[in-house]
Amino acid sequence: MATRGQTIFLILLFVALALVPLAGERYPLELAVQLMIFGLFAMSLNVLIGHVGSISFGHAAFFAIGGYACAYFQTRLGWPIFVSMPAAIGLTAVCALIIGYFCVRLTELYFAILTLAFSMLVWAVAFKWTEVTGGGDGFVGITAPDFMSNPVLFFWFTFAIVAVSVGLLWLLSNSTMGKTFIAIRENPTRADFLGVNVRRMRLIAFVIAGAFAGIAGALLSFYVRGMFPESAFWTQSGQVMIMVLLGGMHSFVGPILGAVVIYVLETFISQYTQYWPIVLGTILLLIVMFAPDGLIGMFRSIGRRMSMRGRRNA
Amino acid sequence: MFSNPAFLTIQVLNSLSLAMNLFIIASALTLIFGVLRIVNFAHGAFYMIGAYVLYSVVGSFGETDLGFWTGVIAAGVVMAAVAYVVERFLLSRLYDKEHLLQLLFTFALVLIIKDAVIIIWGAPQYSVSFPPMLSGAVNLGITYYPTYLLFLCILGPLVAIGLWLGLEKTRWGRILRAARLDREMLGALGTDVTKVFSAVFVIGAAMAAIGGALAAPRVAVDPGMDALVIIDCFIIVIIGGIGSLWGSFVGALILGFLTVFGTLIFREWEIVLVYVMMIGVLLVRPWGLFGQPEAERH
Repeated sequence: MATRGQTIFLILLFVALALVPLAGERYPLELAVQLMIFGLFAMSLNVLIGHVGSISFGHAAFFAIGGYACAYFQTRLGWPIFVSMPAAIGLTAVCALIIGYFCVRLTELYFAILTLAFSMLVWAVAFKWTEVTGGGDGFVGITAPDFMSNPVLFFWFTFAIVAVSVGLLWLLSNSTMGKTFIAIRENPTRADFLGVNVRRMRLIAFVIAGAFAGIAGALLSFYVRGMFPESAFWTQSGQVMIMVLLGGMHSFVGPILGAVVIYVLETFISQYTQYWPIVLGTILLLIVMFAPDGLIGMFRSIGRRMSMRGRRNA
Repeated sequence: MFSNPAFLTIQVLNSLSLAMNLFIIASALTLIFGVLRIVNFAHGAFYMIGAYVLYSVVGSFGETDLGFWTGVIAAGVVMAAVAYVVERFLLSRLYDKEHLLQLLFTFALVLIIKDAVIIIWGAPQYSVSFPPMLSGAVNLGITYYPTYLLFLCILGPLVAIGLWLGLEKTRWGRILRAARLDREMLGALGTDVTKVFSAVFVIGAAMAAIGGALAAPRVAVDPGMDALVIIDCFIIVIIGGIGSLWGSFVGALILGFLTVFGTLIFREWEIVLVYVMMIGVLLVRPWGLFGQPEAERH
């Protein structure tokens, strides 16, 4: 899944990110933190879309569950971060297991709609369960550890967690399980004949994807110092899907690349117009119509063309 | 609370009018899904366009019967024209591509339409009044009930029967049912499948817009009105079984009654109740009440 070129790209990306604090300014740090959080979120979704080929349109549910759980454990229960964060991730994984149990019984579009419906259930609970989630006003005023008030330290905290998470996802995609996932994506019937328990493997992928989305959500709750029901709304699931598609869904680094491009574009375009969604929609339309393999696919075809030209000249 | 017959009657009618309004929109969604195999997220946006077109037409004609019904028809016509262009020039190129691309295409439409609506009509909330001929209330003996909402209760079953007759008894309906079962075979037998798809998408979009125009006097017309209606429609379609006309009729009734009576009994937890119900149905019948297992279709 992750080719050598992609691994090098990932390492370069993290080296570049590690250099951001050297700029000594607050704004690039904030942008880098957002990028890493949403990059991880997009990569977690790609375990489903890119690896096992299940289109989940409700991935924001786990992002929100991770964020709300972490916020609750930290603030209401006063747990220290090394307990609250793993507990939040664990809870997200359990929720993913329960929701996934229902969802993996269906495939393709049925699966997409069902995941969407479950994420809206999570949204509805977040919206209405005011005592726990703060309801429509959101969960505000999260108690975060002291070091997080320092933007540079918070950056390194996020960097460490995202780097480890991406490393784990890299290991997954190069493992036997990762290859089995791809076999399911390419041909579930044949994978079944080969003795793969397709439904169970899809459930495992669902839980893994959910857990990593939960990590991203927990990081977001610390970053924003709050959590809002919108993070479980279906449009959030759509946003993260755009990142995956823009980068390239059948590649390992595509989603994080997509997140980088979308974030930089949004920051840039929002300076000129308030109508960022229409720009995003148009970009999405163009990718869907003309470059369905995303940026990675474009790079690949450019690379192929260049190497062909090189051969012809030789 | 429920021992009062007048109160109970009103609540039942509230449920019915909500259900029937949603049915008109959801039946079009299930039609598009059944034939084109596309999850159309833009369906809510089409509904919103309908409501805004009605608002504009009523604004220029004045609040007359003529203005209202012209607005309803205009909503359908405008949306059909937009949908035709979108389908012919963009969507039709994606039919042989992955589901994910089609789904994200409709999501792109959601983003574009939402901003376009804000650019054209601005962000404030509008309200539309009932058409004069259906304003006022009807005396039902035990209570009065708004005429317009009663009209919606009657219109829903008529639309359902009309669609059913259209699907079951006409040549066109036979082609649609064939397209739902096996589009390759239908093409091999000489039907221009691309035209069928185009027609279904255009009709479905127009129905969503008419549903939106009819909903306009019931709800607030604002740029966020699409986001929740599409979820309601998905729930209806899931409960009823994807692609099933009567499934979406029953699904709409269930959702309507759950929403109205759920609000009365469970206060604000009604919205959660709806999802719990949906999961309950899926536990027993993963393909919805009237749906067929995927394995039996292509």
